[in-house]
Amino acid sequence: MHELAVTESLLEIAIRHAQAQNARCITDLYLVLGQWSSIVDDSVQFYWDILSDGTIAKGATLHFRRVPVLLTCQNCGKDYQPASQEFACPNCGGTHVQVKTGDEFHLEAIDVEE
Amino acid sequence: MPQRIPVVEKILSANDRLAFENQSRFDAAKVFAINMMASPGAGKTSLIEQTVKALEGRLRIGMINGDIATSFDADRAQAAGATAVQINTGGDCHLDAVMVQSALSQLDLGALDLVIIENVGNLVCPADFKLGTHKSVLVASIPEGDDKPYKYPGMYRGVNVVVINKIDLLPYVPFRMDFFKKGIEVLNPGVAQFELSCRSGEGLSGWLAWLEGQVKEFRKIKK
Repeated sequence: MHELAVTESLLEIAIRHAQAQNARCITDLYLVLGQWSSIVDDSVQFYWDILSDGTIAKGATLHFRRVPVLLTCQNCGKDYQPASQEFACPNCGGTHVQVKTGDEFHLEAIDVEE
Repeated sequence: MPQRIPVVEKILSANDRLAFENQSRFDAAKVFAINMMASPGAGKTSLIEQTVKALEGRLRIGMINGDIATSFDADRAQAAGATAVQINTGGDCHLDAVMVQSALSQLDLGALDLVIIENVGNLVCPADFKLGTHKSVLVASIPEGDDKPYKYPGMYRGVNVVVINKIDLLPYVPFRMDFFKKGIEVLNPGVAQFELSCRSGEGLSGWLAWLEGQVKEFRKIKK
C-alpha cells in the first residue's frame, strides 16, 4: 500500500491545523480508517516516526479507530457485514446495497499543547 | 493542558485538490481523460494499443504512462500512433495528481481529444488517488481469477467501467463469470462492462463505441 504518501499527507494536515491554533506541539492524532481503506497501521506508524522527527508533531501518538464494513440491503433494509466471498444480503439475497460504513479514511482530531 | 482540535479532513485531501485542478485543465482544453487501472499483465497497454489503432483518424489520443521503470509501454502506445508521455514513478505503486500535473505540461492538450492515463499495475493503491480524469476504467482479465472483486473491493467500487480482457482464454482457465459478475454487481451496480479479447479482437467494438460516445458527449457538454 501507499502508506508513505498517506503519512506525508497526514503530517501536513495535522501541522496545518495545529499552527492555525498557534499550538506549540501535537501530542495525539485520532485517525479513522474503514476496513476497505486498506491502510496498514504498523506501516503508517513506521513512516510517522521518521517523517515527524524534527517537526512539532515529533513523538505524537497515533490512535487508529478501525471501522468495519457494514452494508445496508436496499431490498429488505438489513445491515450486515459481508462475508469474504459473498457480498449479497444474507437475509434476502439482495444485491442492491449501500455501503454504510467501512470507507472512512480521515483524520478526526488532534490533541495539541499551547 | 492539552487541547483537542477537531479536524475531520480526508487524509488525501491535498491530492484531491490537485486532481480537481488537473480536471479543470482537461475541461478548459475540451479533452476527455480516463484513468486506466489494472493488475500487472491484465492488458492495459494492449487495450490502449488496440484503441489507438482503431480510432486513428477519428480521435487524437495522448497517453500518459506510469511505470516503476522503463518506457516499454509508452513506446508501444507511441508506435500505435498516440502521443505518449512516460512517468517513471521510481518505485511508487500508483500515480498521483502531482505526477499527472507535471506530465500534462509535456502534452499539447490543444491538439488532443482524449488522454488515456495508464496507471501503475496494482489493484490497491491507484484506487485511492484521484488524478483528475473524467472516468476510471478497470481492466480485469480471465487468468487473474474470478475472485478479484471480492479481494479488491476498493478498486471495483470506484470505477465507471470494467473491461474483462482475455476472454479467448475462457475455455482453458477455470473462471466463473457469474460469480465474478455477482461481486461486481454488489460493489458497483450498473457499472458498464465489456467482455473482450485484445488478442483476437472479439468484443472490442463495444468498448470502442462506448469510449467514442463518451468523448462526443463530453465535447457536446463543454461546447
